[in-house]
Amino acid sequence: MTTTSADPAALKAAQRNYRSNSLWRLTLRRILKQRSAIFGLVILGFIIVVALAAPILAPYDPEQSLIGIEDIRKRAAPCIYLLGCPRDQPQHFMGVDGNVRDVFSRIIYGARVSLLVGFGAVTFAIFMGTVLGAIAGYAGGWLDNVIMRFMDVLLAFPALLLAIAIIMVLGRGLQNALLAIAIVSIPIYARVIRAGVLSVKETEYVEASQALGANHFSILFQRILPNALPPLIVQGTLGIATAILDTAALSFIGLGAQPPTPEWGTMLGSERNQVFSAPHLVFFPGIAIMVTVLGFNLLGDGLRDALDPRLSQSGK
Amino acid sequence: MLQYTFRRLLLAIPVLVGILVVTFFLARAIPGDPCKSILGEKATVEACERFNRANGLDQPVPVQFAIYMGNVLRGDFGDSIRFSRPVMTILIERLPLTLELGIFAIIIATIIGIPAGVISAVRQNSWVDVTTMVGANIGVSMPVFWLGLMLAYVFALLLKDTPLWLPPSGRLTAGLSAMPYYEYYEWGITTDSRSYNFFEFFANLYIFNSIITLNWDVLKDAIRHLILPATALSTIPLSIIARMTRSSMLEVLRQDYVRTARAKGLMERFVILKHAFRNALLPIVTIIGLQMGTLFAGAILTETIFSLAGVGRMLFEAITARDFPIVQSFTVVIAIGYVMVNLLVDLSYVFIDPRIRLD
Repeated sequence: MTTTSADPAALKAAQRNYRSNSLWRLTLRRILKQRSAIFGLVILGFIIVVALAAPILAPYDPEQSLIGIEDIRKRAAPCIYLLGCPRDQPQHFMGVDGNVRDVFSRIIYGARVSLLVGFGAVTFAIFMGTVLGAIAGYAGGWLDNVIMRFMDVLLAFPALLLAIAIIMVLGRGLQNALLAIAIVSIPIYARVIRAGVLSVKETEYVEASQALGANHFSILFQRILPNALPPLIVQGTLGIATAILDTAALSFIGLGAQPPTPEWGTMLGSERNQVFSAPHLVFFPGIAIMVTVLGFNLLGDGLRDALDPRLSQSGK
Repeated sequence: MLQYTFRRLLLAIPVLVGILVVTFFLARAIPGDPCKSILGEKATVEACERFNRANGLDQPVPVQFAIYMGNVLRGDFGDSIRFSRPVMTILIERLPLTLELGIFAIIIATIIGIPAGVISAVRQNSWVDVTTMVGANIGVSMPVFWLGLMLAYVFALLLKDTPLWLPPSGRLTAGLSAMPYYEYYEWGITTDSRSYNFFEFFANLYIFNSIITLNWDVLKDAIRHLILPATALSTIPLSIIARMTRSSMLEVLRQDYVRTARAKGLMERFVILKHAFRNALLPIVTIIGLQMGTLFAGAILTETIFSLAGVGRMLFEAITARDFPIVQSFTVVIAIGYVMVNLLVDLSYVFIDPRIRLD
């Protein structure tokens, strides 16, 4: 670096250089060193592309029955020319379901539903958890006690059970399933944020802000929360995996997405009694769920190792 | 120790009361009339009034809550609205199955997960380690219900007519029945005995009952029926236990005392099991305890797939049928179980690590 020279161009270059080594750059570099994070990113990138390009990729309308359009039995097995299926038969990469719809197209569109639910539920839960956790940690005293004891009660229920009960109150459907899963996972984020707030509340820079007369709100959002962010990002990524898995489970038992929505759990649930006669209708949606969840889990693990080595489970 | 246990039990009371309150009001918040959902949509107003009076539903909600709390404290869970039978009886029929399933699953998860994690840590970055960790990552990402269906497909259909065939549903093969141990030993316990419920509960633990009565055919059959559901249920805990064991072991293996043990010339096996593993055990036990919640959520799904009449499926059905007494009491029992398991885990710390003083 040539910071000693008075050349303004060199100074600018040095500044740029400095900025390029900022915290975010450093973090990104650390993330990209994690094999599991890269693998997770690749999987998720693939699924996001599939979800975005669904209308281009899907050979059929995911909700339209092919009765009268093609000469094909319901629940017909996959038929691929390259794998020995006669060319004159309709080609369905993953077969057709009980309503004679192309499973492959439904799986592709299902990526949209699952990603939306995962992100939606976690965003809502993080928002609520942040508000509650921040209030609890920052205010302390009885307010802290009331909020956190209520969170304890929520945590004492198995998550899926509580989600089922909430859906029964709100009514069935994908939107309510999303909301239920979000509510059930609020305590986790509230705890993470509260812990983060407590750990920096007494630091000197927060005291300095207080002394300078900053109000509670700006201290909370500008001084305290940014420091609680890394564990929140890690928890959020892993939370999306759980949210997708739980939504699929709720849809599987008929409480989440309703037919004909191409949701993976619903697809699995509505054909589960056919597992012996048409296993492909159960196999493919399950694989889709697994791959997506795996992507988020791998990314979450990688982020944890990169952002917070103390929490590392892989021990590297 | 006793004092600590007592204090922990006291501390659990507010949480349990909270659970009672949440369950009670959540059950009341479910839209729809229990009368209509039990007697049918065409139930007359008079029939509904009679029904509500019989089930105490004509009282104001706070009064209902007070009555309910009083009953729970006396151990009386009331009658199921749907089955018109005491909730306690239903619980005694259903809980043993879920217990057997859960215990079986956690045993599978532990006896595979811990060794896998230990070997992974000892042979870090070897193919065993990579395979275990890839497997564990896939394991936590797999939907339980999907794995259950796939296992049923493979073992009940593809492997039919082979010795590996396993039944895809139920607890016992039709026609096979187990005589309760109290009848086998002629203890004279009848349905109207005061302690009938207590004895009946253990008789419904088929594995326990068949061992006690030396009925090996039933024992074999009961275990065969449990293998598939328990395997499906165990994948997530298994993966989590394996991961936790590995990271905990890795941490301990880097400690000075392990190097000292090796330097003393101790056998490697001895160093790993006696010096390292014992010290790595604490977080592993904690995580096993924490899996109880996962197990229960999984039980709802596994019991549905494998047609098992357990607590999980019953609770799900009760919620959809608005059978309040069942929803409330089953949830409370599960929550109590959860609190108890966590207490046991905390108490076990003393045995694992004598340095820990709970008081």
